[in-house]
Amino acid sequence: MTTPLIEVRDVGRQFRVRAGLLAQPKRVVAVDGVSLQLKAGEVLGVVGESGCGKSTLAKIILGLLEPTAGEVLIDGKHLASLDRKERARLIQPVFQDPFSSLNPRRRVRDVISLPLVAQGGMSSPEVNRRVDEMLERVGLDPSMADRLPAHLSGGQRQRVAIARALVLRPRIVVCDEPTSALDVSVQAQILNLLAELRRELGLAYLFISHNLAVVEHVASEVAVMYLGRIVEQNQAASLFRDPRHPYTKALLASVLTPEPDLGLPETGLGDAMPDPANVPPGCRFHPRCPVAIERCSRDVPATQRKEPSLVECHLAVPA
Amino acid sequence: MTALLEVQGLDISFGGLTAVRGASLEVNRGETHCLVGESGCGKSVTALAMMGLLPGNAVRRAETLRFDGGDLRGLSEKEMSRLRGDRMAMIFQEPMTSLNPAYTVGSQMAEVMLRHRGGSRRAALDRAAELLARVRITSPGMRLGQYPHQLSGGLRQRVMIAMALMCEPELLIADEPTTALDVTVQAQILRLLADLQTDLGLAILLITHDLGVVARTAHRVSVMYAGEVVESAPVRTLFSRPMHPYTRGLLSCVPVPGKIRPGDPLGSIPGMVPQVTPDFAGCAFRQRCLLTRPDCAGPIARRRPSADHAYLCQIPPEEMVRS
Repeated sequence: MTTPLIEVRDVGRQFRVRAGLLAQPKRVVAVDGVSLQLKAGEVLGVVGESGCGKSTLAKIILGLLEPTAGEVLIDGKHLASLDRKERARLIQPVFQDPFSSLNPRRRVRDVISLPLVAQGGMSSPEVNRRVDEMLERVGLDPSMADRLPAHLSGGQRQRVAIARALVLRPRIVVCDEPTSALDVSVQAQILNLLAELRRELGLAYLFISHNLAVVEHVASEVAVMYLGRIVEQNQAASLFRDPRHPYTKALLASVLTPEPDLGLPETGLGDAMPDPANVPPGCRFHPRCPVAIERCSRDVPATQRKEPSLVECHLAVPA
Repeated sequence: MTALLEVQGLDISFGGLTAVRGASLEVNRGETHCLVGESGCGKSVTALAMMGLLPGNAVRRAETLRFDGGDLRGLSEKEMSRLRGDRMAMIFQEPMTSLNPAYTVGSQMAEVMLRHRGGSRRAALDRAAELLARVRITSPGMRLGQYPHQLSGGLRQRVMIAMALMCEPELLIADEPTTALDVTVQAQILRLLADLQTDLGLAILLITHDLGVVARTAHRVSVMYAGEVVESAPVRTLFSRPMHPYTRGLLSCVPVPGKIRPGDPLGSIPGMVPQVTPDFAGCAFRQRCLLTRPDCAGPIARRRPSADHAYLCQIPPEEMVRS
């Protein structure tokens, strides 16, 4: 069996937040006992509402945030044991907002070449050659190299961010809402580019998004997060065809596809909003669950696995 | 029946740039009209122009701008502000920027009533509580005493909707009302708006970039591109027989489960939206259009494939269907 590129083992992350000067600090559970694997060449989609912990999980995997429990292995090596240069050669991020993730005072060439320069040991003609090659790969004209981010459109900036992520030829890219700030026509261009690059360069993506239609289009496997835990996971096609967890069902029902005959869905979710500072006892989804029974407010549901699927619910079995 | 809101030949410019060019649309009572387009296409500016809320440096011209038969063009700021919040109301994408953080929900809602209708503060607060319950906020009495920051995003948007309904408006303009919300909350808010429309006979002008929202909520759709309404049709016609090459391109960009296979490339529109100056002539989409021809640089024909379907393009419907 081959080593997974990313292996997350029972990872947790808590924050202590003070609501006021004299208030007792509150314990916010952002990620709670999450395990997952990303295999070579795969796209693992992570979906869930805001506050479900998906971005915290991405930061932990990127080494930008220490987990308070569990461990992360990148290509079989402990994340904590990798130095920054080694880590950068393996895993790179592409973030949501190309307006804030690019240094406004650096030209495109400098933005893209920075990871190469930081690695050291490469002559400047070689660096320039790699930057030009990268620009072409992501569909930008070489003349863009001398521009500042302010002179680029949102789509062009996201292409620069992708070029920067790929210039070290990493094996894994963590995409955190990579197209959420873009218009639909530009989103389509960027999604097509990411798919093409994955095929050509043999990349694996951890793809975080709140847009389920996009995840269905790009992912080979999908994990659904709710209040810090993965409540359901399966191969993408099976998960969208046969969701088992009531939360996954509600989430899928809420997606508004451009089909006028379907009308507006009834989610059955009620008004209670998930609050990571106040995780309910029992099943953490029970206050919003349309089919909850008494037991759900009392007992934490066990993780039921049937490879490759997983579900955490008293009233469901894995697909 | 005449439309509640009637706009014809609306032009808006800021200095040397044209934001809206000859836009026309109508919103009927009890109907949701969606204005859809990508960022910078002029959809929000169009809405602000109807509410008389354009910034000072904007120039607005219109052949027709009528609300319930009355001409809005000559109204003074004072007369406009009497209409706003009363017979026509507006809600925005980010409720936090439209709610005052220093006042409670109750006092902000009551002020709308007191300002337009007078009466006692007690009566205004009662009405506010009634509307909070109406938008399905639990324990409305308690919410009246809360400040906006104490509410979740979905609750704030419900408060905004309740506030917009205080004086029983006939027209509600909603500018990207669910864009900042999670999909589950979005579905709930849009359902709420649809229910309110059925009960109150509201006319809704819904501005959005999301074709899924359009498909599920609109009766009629106008597609904007570079300041122009390039296509307008009933919702089913627009999605089943889109005519304008921009509308067609836009629809092909959206991943639709079951229609585009996972992994297959999505459609996309090459190039970028041009900047439009006052002397701009011809079709603004021609540089990005695969069907462009020399006469696209001249005056553009308005074509009508059926009585309630119109689009701006040199290519007639018969030819478009074949392409």
